[in-house]
Amino acid sequence: MTRIGLYRALMIAAAVLLLEGLCLSGMIDRLTMPPPHRILLDLATILVSGSQNAAILKTLTNASIALALALVLGVVGAVALHGHRSAREILEPLFATYYAVPIFAFYPLLIVLMGLGDAPQIGIGFMLGVVAVIVNTLNGLDRVPRVLRKTARIQRLGMVEIALTVTLPCAAPYVLTGVKFAVAYSLIGVIGAEFIMSRGGMGYEISFAYTNFDNATMYPLILLILAVSIAINAALSRWEKVLLGRRGQ
Amino acid sequence: MAHTSSAHVSLRGVTKVFASATGGAGLQALGPVDVDLRRSEFFAVVGPSGCGKSTLLELIAGLTAATTGSVEFEGRRVAGDIPDGIGVVFQEDACFPWLCVEANVAFGLRKAALAAAAKVRRVREVLDLMGLAEFARAYPAQLSGGMRQRVCIARTLVSEPRLILLDEPFGALDQQTRLLMGEEVLRLWRGTGATVFLITHALDEAAMLADRIAVMSARPGRIIDLIETHWPRERDSHIVERSEFGAVTARLWKSLREESLKTIGRPAGQA
Amino acid sequence: MSAGAWRSTRNAAVLIVGLLIAWQLLYAIAGQAALAPPLATLRYTAALLATEGFRGHLSESMRAFGAALTIAVASGLLIGFWLGFHKLAGEVCEPILVALYSIPKITLYPILLLAFGLGMSAKVAFGALHGIIPVALFTINVVRNVKPILIKTGRVHGLRPTEMVRIVLFPAALPEIFTGLRVGFSLTLIGTLLGEMFAAQRGLGYLLMTAIGLHNVELIMAVTLILFVFAAAVSSVLLAVDRRLHANA
Repeated sequence: MTRIGLYRALMIAAAVLLLEGLCLSGMIDRLTMPPPHRILLDLATILVSGSQNAAILKTLTNASIALALALVLGVVGAVALHGHRSAREILEPLFATYYAVPIFAFYPLLIVLMGLGDAPQIGIGFMLGVVAVIVNTLNGLDRVPRVLRKTARIQRLGMVEIALTVTLPCAAPYVLTGVKFAVAYSLIGVIGAEFIMSRGGMGYEISFAYTNFDNATMYPLILLILAVSIAINAALSRWEKVLLGRRGQ
Repeated sequence: MAHTSSAHVSLRGVTKVFASATGGAGLQALGPVDVDLRRSEFFAVVGPSGCGKSTLLELIAGLTAATTGSVEFEGRRVAGDIPDGIGVVFQEDACFPWLCVEANVAFGLRKAALAAAAKVRRVREVLDLMGLAEFARAYPAQLSGGMRQRVCIARTLVSEPRLILLDEPFGALDQQTRLLMGEEVLRLWRGTGATVFLITHALDEAAMLADRIAVMSARPGRIIDLIETHWPRERDSHIVERSEFGAVTARLWKSLREESLKTIGRPAGQA
Repeated sequence: MSAGAWRSTRNAAVLIVGLLIAWQLLYAIAGQAALAPPLATLRYTAALLATEGFRGHLSESMRAFGAALTIAVASGLLIGFWLGFHKLAGEVCEPILVALYSIPKITLYPILLLAFGLGMSAKVAFGALHGIIPVALFTINVVRNVKPILIKTGRVHGLRPTEMVRIVLFPAALPEIFTGLRVGFSLTLIGTLLGEMFAAQRGLGYLLMTAIGLHNVELIMAVTLILFVFAAAVSSVLLAVDRRLHANA
């Protein structure tokens, strides 16, 4: 581990120890938050007993579907928009202001349109993630040097083939940035929707545990979500570094 | 004037007008141009900046369509589609940064009707030919500018094009590297028997490499002089020692000087 | 008006008209149970804005948002400047900030509720939490990337440290800092609103949640419309300023 990595690990360890100390000494009372070691033990208990497995599976599956939809439609949408300057210009203010709008307000609308199943939550996750993918993919496509496209045309490749073999691979690091956002947003969308109105999933369980002062369930579930999202993000960042490293950046 | 059927590439009355973004009169970048390229000849074009040399190259390659006139390659009209058998090396670095050298060169065979094993062999051959064999697994970011251009040339050669278009391929390189690359291009030209069309702003480069050199006027570019060098096919950079070399460059500069002055905004009569 | 300004206005008009048409079509498909049509919503909103009760909620939200934004911007700038200037601290802490940026902060919500209780402080905390990290990250970046040549020039002209910051560093850094502020604005707005949705008895978010619970479609649409118009308007202004700053940079 590098020296800086070491400092960072020490800093995080120190923060956790501080938290542990504050909890054990009673400065943070048990009702507000259990000590970190307790949270970890409770998490282990939950995972081993499998009591939350259905909820965990439901949330992660729905978030994955929302993510996949956001990625596919986002990338395709960006490629389509990239070729049509006027359409892109018209939509750009919408993209720029999109994330200030409370997308969750559309949740009731989606429930009426799609019924009470999993679809509305996936819809919210998708709606939140897709614009981040579009904006970042467009950014990457903008940066593809024209000479690379000309080279592909000289090779007599068709439009779709050029997009798949040249434009998108060239834009890949930027698309990855969009993917990172979409991962976070799909989780936010699904869990937030589960908070508001749902019959299952981790958001529902956390909300239920909160109402019942069940910290032994609530905190471990929160920790699990944080761990999953940080792990995925770290993996994507590492991949991004590899891609950029090959390009000497 | 009819197209000469023996010419490899034939341009008749070609002009290119770029449409104006605001809807007014367009910008005439080029023309009218009438010229034939003979099979297996080395043809160079020199001219002041902005005269339309690159546009001319793109018209021949089929990357863009002529506004008036016709372009023919091997007897067939070039319009909108890229014909088979053409290779282009651009001025900018066109290596794909996410692929290693070998994969870059192999990209040139995407549309080739060869078995996979044959493709691998062909790529190896060209890598050896261009002196890139030991860098096969390296990424373009790890190579110098000259080597990256070699990779682009290799990618063009691997599909065995019959017409090779080079748009100021050595523009970003230093003088010594340019001379050596020029010799390499001559070697490849003789080895492949392809017709070579080179755009350059370096007069000595054109004079050394080409069988015929066209001088273009300032925008809109037309051909104002066409020089035959009568060099032997087996030539290298020693050609610069001949007295005729000086005569060729002198004639090039004489034709070019007035046009260049026009481009930088000074009237031709002044010093 | 210049040609450019004409195009922007025309594009904005096309976008707005397009959205209104899409809205009307969606209403035609989904029916009264899901949506209220544009005209009816506008009338309802006008009536709503006239009522005292609503204005009370509005001012509550504005106060919470203002507080959250101030905290987010001030803390973000402070953290950003500090981590930007102190190389080691910056290198150690920035990845931690990036990781925190990527987690779905909505999951932390119950923890904040336990810590702050229901009411204003939870809202403000949640809003500030959303905005502080992007402001900090952008500021770190900009402080790191100040061109050394600018500092050299300042020194050659004999500028004192405070003058250096005021005359050279701040104007040079302003465009990037402003982009961070813009992102911070959007995210703080959403954060405050989400906070109000779950932990308040007053405010627009609370109103929205109640409307969702009572299935009062007109109210849902009216509140969403107000939020959307506010967010879009301020965002567009900020975007225009951002572009102007970057054009001059």
